[in-house]
Amino acid sequence: MATLEGAVGHPAAVTNGGRSPASAAWLRLAASPVARAGLVIVGLFVLIAVVTPAVHHYDARTDADLGLRLKPPTAAHPLGTDTLGRDILVRIVHATRVSLGLAVTAVAVAATLGSLLGFLAGYLRRQVDLVLMFCMDILLAFPATLLAIAIVAMIGPGLRNSLFAISLVSVPAYARLSRSAVLTLREQEFVLAARSLGGSGGRVLVSHIVPNSLPPLIVQATLSVAFAILESAALGFLGLGAQPPTPEWGAMLADSYKYFTSGAWWAFFFPGAAIMLAVLGFNLLGDGLRDALDPRLGPG
Amino acid sequence: MRRYALQRGLTAIPVLLGVSVLVFGFIHLIPGDPAVTMLGERATPEKVAEIRARLGLDRPLWEQYVRYVGRVIRGDLGVSIVRGDPVLTDLLRRFPATVELATAAIVVAVGLGIPIGVASAVWRNSVVDSLARLGALIGVSMPIFWLGVMLAWFFGVTLRVLPTGFRLDTGAAFVPWTNFVIVDAALQGNWRVLVDALRHLILPTLALATIPLAIVARMTRASMLEVLSREFIRTAEAKGLSQRAVILRHALRNALLPIVTVVGLQIGHLLAGAILTETIFSWPGIGLWVYESLEARDYAIVQGTSLFIAVIVVVVNLTTDLLYAVVDPRIRYD
Repeated sequence: MATLEGAVGHPAAVTNGGRSPASAAWLRLAASPVARAGLVIVGLFVLIAVVTPAVHHYDARTDADLGLRLKPPTAAHPLGTDTLGRDILVRIVHATRVSLGLAVTAVAVAATLGSLLGFLAGYLRRQVDLVLMFCMDILLAFPATLLAIAIVAMIGPGLRNSLFAISLVSVPAYARLSRSAVLTLREQEFVLAARSLGGSGGRVLVSHIVPNSLPPLIVQATLSVAFAILESAALGFLGLGAQPPTPEWGAMLADSYKYFTSGAWWAFFFPGAAIMLAVLGFNLLGDGLRDALDPRLGPG
Repeated sequence: MRRYALQRGLTAIPVLLGVSVLVFGFIHLIPGDPAVTMLGERATPEKVAEIRARLGLDRPLWEQYVRYVGRVIRGDLGVSIVRGDPVLTDLLRRFPATVELATAAIVVAVGLGIPIGVASAVWRNSVVDSLARLGALIGVSMPIFWLGVMLAWFFGVTLRVLPTGFRLDTGAAFVPWTNFVIVDAALQGNWRVLVDALRHLILPTLALATIPLAIVARMTRASMLEVLSREFIRTAEAKGLSQRAVILRHALRNALLPIVTVVGLQIGHLLAGAILTETIFSWPGIGLWVYESLEARDYAIVQGTSLFIAVIVVVVNLTTDLLYAVVDPRIRYD
């Protein structure tokens, strides 16, 4: 997972031609082909996740037709059928909501908790900083995938437990990033000015430091969604995530990959392609956002 | 240097202790009575009592932890609940297979990633650069378990050119000495087995190497671009040195430092990624073992392996930092 320590926003540096930093960043984002490609892919997946349940009813518990087992793509089933004769396209589309929902929620939880801990550590320093960062170092000693697998193995498989594990392993990146942002920003002139004008510690933190440390956190969050999609799919693949018959990309791969010797490539190709495309979309968007929000970093 | 090594080494001790607390806590994450859950259908009152006594579940938490650390220091990572074997013994027996796979993946990632990154930086914004960047982006977005299945299907089933499982063809008469099959085959001069082992290694290596390869290529590009913009490169060019000498002797040598760190960081990810790769290719290392133990709810194996890998990660990070200090003396005086 990419980290962005040191890439802290500087409010004065991002105003060009009298535009606000936000609109300047948006123009740069819109001008970048990488970011545009990412936006289109992510937008498509979000649209599918939001619209599908409203326009198509799907009951995974009753969906099975053994007569249609592992049929190749046809007009009736454009992506073929799986080992239980279920339409793969229908399941991929309905799994979008599950996979994306899990990833976005996990990132929202991790970003909120991690940033809060990082801001506290960076602002209060001393023992609070020492203890919190020590805890983060311990979490970082484990490869994220391994820690997520171990936690879910212990607390039991399922979507909610996967969400908990993925959130937990994603917390240190935000804690470190927001801490380093606070440490850099608290010595900047505009923060010192706010403090000398009589702003209380909490007010300076909330009104000046937090808003200006958001750019790297937003980029990290976008890249983390990509990571969380991969992690949740990995857990699903190992049988630790969504449980049957819930449609989820990783679990769909787990159902079908053992049949690769039979030549039924469509059963594992399309769910995996959906994972890769979604992850690629968020990675493209994250890269584009990084360039747009911090022009000093440049394109690569 | 000795003082820096000592100071840096000492910082690893609290992290290792913290890691042990977390891994110890794993058992207490199990809902309900851990002993009953661990045994599942195998639970009999005697077995439950045995597990409870072994883990000291009726004692205060701090005492359980002290006993746990004491056992770990003596090399006791617990006992497999399903087979009754000591976890460490099985782990060490299976570890060479994983090391072989991870080493091959690192060799591919570094061997291809660095030249791709260098080419990408030297020919910045060219077609080569665009292709390399797109390839690296696809690489980091790749679900390796999917890539593994696709490789197995394409090369193993459709083209029938490479084996898709295990370390050797079944029926191969070979008695390994160390469980590093490739090393053993080479030492024994058994070329047929060596070729067979290398053929079995290709597909899992490609699957496992993809993400680190993409990361190394991206890091090399970024690091090279930074170094290429420095004054001393312009000086080297102004001296009339060939482009090859400037790139390889001046730029790459200075750009290598952050790449070393990134490669070090990949070791842990490779060991975790091995769980997915080994599952697909039936590769008999610790990854496949963890997967099988997940299905059998053999928690001692998950716990023991997690601790083992975390310790490796801490030691590798320490070694990387020390290597960094050896190569760049400025680090020692910070």
